[in-house]
Amino acid sequence: MKNINKNTVLMNLMRGRTFFVLLVLVIFFAAKSPAFLTVSSIISVMRHVALYGILGIGMTYVIITGGIDLSVGSVVGLTGMIAGGLIFQGLTILPLGITIYFNVPTIVVISLALGAIIGLINGFIITKFDVAPFIATLGMMNVARGLAMLRSNGATYQNIAGYEELGNTGFHKIGGSLGIIPNVVLIFAAIALIASVILKFTPLGWHIFSVGGNANASRLSGVKVQKVTTLVYMFSGVCAAVVGLITSAQLTAANPSSGDGWEMNAISAVVLGGTSMSGGVGTIGGTIIGAFVIGVINDGMIMIGVSEFWQKVIKGIIIVLAVIIDQFQAKLHARMALMQQSQEMNA
Amino acid sequence: MAEIVLSARGITKEYPGTKALDNVDFDIEKGKVNVLIGENGAGKSTLMKVIAGIESPTSGKIYMDGKEIVLKNTVDAKKHGIGIIHQELSLFPNLKVYQNIFMNDERTKGDIFLNNKAYKEEAERILERLEYPVDVDMQVSDLRVGQQQMIEIARNLAEEHLKILIMDEPTSSLSEMEVEALFRVMRDLLRQGTAIVYISHRLEEIMKIGDNVTIFRNGRLVARSEVKDTSIPQIVRHMTGKEKDFTRTDRKLDYDTLEDIMEVEDLTLPKKGGGYLLNHVNFKLKRGEVLGIYGLMGAGRTEIFECLMGLRPEHTGTVKLEGKPIRIKSIRSQIDKGFALVPEDRQREGLVQALNIGRNISLSVLNRLKKLCFVDLGREKKEVEKEIDELRIKVADRGLPILSLSGGNQQKCVIGKGLLTDPKILLLDEPSRGIDIGAKTEVFEIIQRLAEEGLSCIVVSSELKEILAVADRIVVLSNGIVTGEFTGDEITNDNLVLASYKGHHQNREKQGA
Repeated sequence: MKNINKNTVLMNLMRGRTFFVLLVLVIFFAAKSPAFLTVSSIISVMRHVALYGILGIGMTYVIITGGIDLSVGSVVGLTGMIAGGLIFQGLTILPLGITIYFNVPTIVVISLALGAIIGLINGFIITKFDVAPFIATLGMMNVARGLAMLRSNGATYQNIAGYEELGNTGFHKIGGSLGIIPNVVLIFAAIALIASVILKFTPLGWHIFSVGGNANASRLSGVKVQKVTTLVYMFSGVCAAVVGLITSAQLTAANPSSGDGWEMNAISAVVLGGTSMSGGVGTIGGTIIGAFVIGVINDGMIMIGVSEFWQKVIKGIIIVLAVIIDQFQAKLHARMALMQQSQEMNA
Repeated sequence: MAEIVLSARGITKEYPGTKALDNVDFDIEKGKVNVLIGENGAGKSTLMKVIAGIESPTSGKIYMDGKEIVLKNTVDAKKHGIGIIHQELSLFPNLKVYQNIFMNDERTKGDIFLNNKAYKEEAERILERLEYPVDVDMQVSDLRVGQQQMIEIARNLAEEHLKILIMDEPTSSLSEMEVEALFRVMRDLLRQGTAIVYISHRLEEIMKIGDNVTIFRNGRLVARSEVKDTSIPQIVRHMTGKEKDFTRTDRKLDYDTLEDIMEVEDLTLPKKGGGYLLNHVNFKLKRGEVLGIYGLMGAGRTEIFECLMGLRPEHTGTVKLEGKPIRIKSIRSQIDKGFALVPEDRQREGLVQALNIGRNISLSVLNRLKKLCFVDLGREKKEVEKEIDELRIKVADRGLPILSLSGGNQQKCVIGKGLLTDPKILLLDEPSRGIDIGAKTEVFEIIQRLAEEGLSCIVVSSELKEILAVADRIVVLSNGIVTGEFTGDEITNDNLVLASYKGHHQNREKQGA
């Protein structure tokens, strides 16, 4: 009996482990650098956290189904370039010799649709041709990055604030603020809320867990496994497109190499948040905390002057440690379930 | 009395909730075929796993040549000359024959490079000793099951001082000719002084090859005798004992008045590489009956369910539901039409281990429990609890992990999941597999109660006694052919067993003609 109680305490401690890590990190950086807890620095950290967080939310869905999406970083770059290009050059339809300029809302819709289509292609390749998600999205990662480069021949679109005469001003507002709170943080909060509600309260959300837990059993229970799988990659693509729009709007410039390597930050956030890489388990809340940890480590270490190279080493160690604790927790969980079972039998 | 190579004393093995072995003493005689027999779950495979170092006993000791030995793993067992051939083959299909034979015992040059030549020659020598020529360069996945079995044996022979070879149902998937070849090899091994422990369900085989027979029941050793001093009926009596008989349903259905709910006509499923998995199968299902489908392994039992659930789009034939032919498109559409499946492999196909009990039960009907686009949590709870209640699933809390339940209760959850879809026809594939006897009886009672309430059930089973207990009518499949249909008093052990072998003979006659 006592043993089980002790385990329960340990279990709860481990559930909140990432939060404790976050707390320790914040205290550490605040002690090292007094500037860390000022309003302006907190807002700056939040901006970065929100970007990784949005990518992480899409990635959480994908990883819960047991997959992975390596293409999100490239999609950030590609959607930024497409949006920037549409503002800058419009869409030229060659046979007719005309160029159409869209207004900003239309450009936003086109960009998000692009993210969804890329996700659809990922999902299609994975479900219809049985390609491993790692490979399918690795391919897409390269294709999307290449297309982004091709769009401008590798150049950056500068000053994409829009033009009065083309009717596409206001793009930079996406990267603005409401009061002191950056829009990106609000968008992050909104996406997190919606994603969390879907996961917790809709059939689709429950199916996402069941597909990741056991695709075979789900299929035999009538769950449309292929549809669910495709939808999560589409969602991940849309999240990446949102990040692509925001980053280019914040800078009023679109850079084809933007988002390079961000998929790794997203995956790290998801894993730190306790989502299991083998699927079936995970929460949006966990990913949010995970994104904070990544953001705080990145910015905090810059502020106290740790070299970029050491930053990488430390980040890597923290991620692996988190997963080691995860495995330990899973074993403890299984042992507790067994103990419960034998207790029931004896009762 | 023959010389004893190994003796196990007081072996007990407990799993959470069950005692798989209860204080068993067991001796293995040198140069003899030591037969182990008992129903599924009687403990024979567990005992063999203990002797082969795969499982550690909870208590008990093993002696070899008078000295106590401790087997922590298979490597320890190998060192003592104990080899095992598993019920499910454990070869590496992606590797070649010779690589399989010397797995983890590779021949090397200077401890660094593989000495492929020596390696292959030795593999060839071993296969020659077995009088079983197989190209050692073949990929194992390209071999027939019977050939793979031989590779398993060869693998154990690679160990030079093999003293004990454990064979767990080696013949279950072999053809008659392959069985003969296997017996030849076994006799050869016996002459060389190897002791064989032989587990099988096939009684005739045991009488033919066995020297002594040990009978297990419910984790206990109940009898041991020389094969020449015993007979099949005697063995069967010991195997089944008294308490394990399931009461046969005393329901008498009036088949003249019952309407057909489903008619299956000419259901045919081609086999990869020629032949049929299902060969023009015809049967009818009446409303409110329990139809049993009995057959040996590979007879095509599960395949019928797979066709009916839309998992085998390559099948041909007609299926009529309530008189109207239906098109079988997908699993979802079959569920919507009123079919529900309780799959054979609970862990792989029945449960989502990462989800809790409630979520597992409601998985198949979430889209029906929608309010706007959200799951109606109140209704979901009600439906789940209805099934928990109705099937008397013992759960403290539906939020607990599904794996915290016993096998029987897990199975009831899978049945509950199927029932929630409001099926007209419930397909149960080996519903009693891997659950304890008490739970088996409960599952059978549930099936019969459901039939009583008008649900039509098809139960597939390879356990004779169980299908006898639960079914109103039994169709026997053999080699993809329907070889018998029995109702009422025609349902006897003999009739079923006889019919279950018929399909092979028919085929052979056809080939001979």
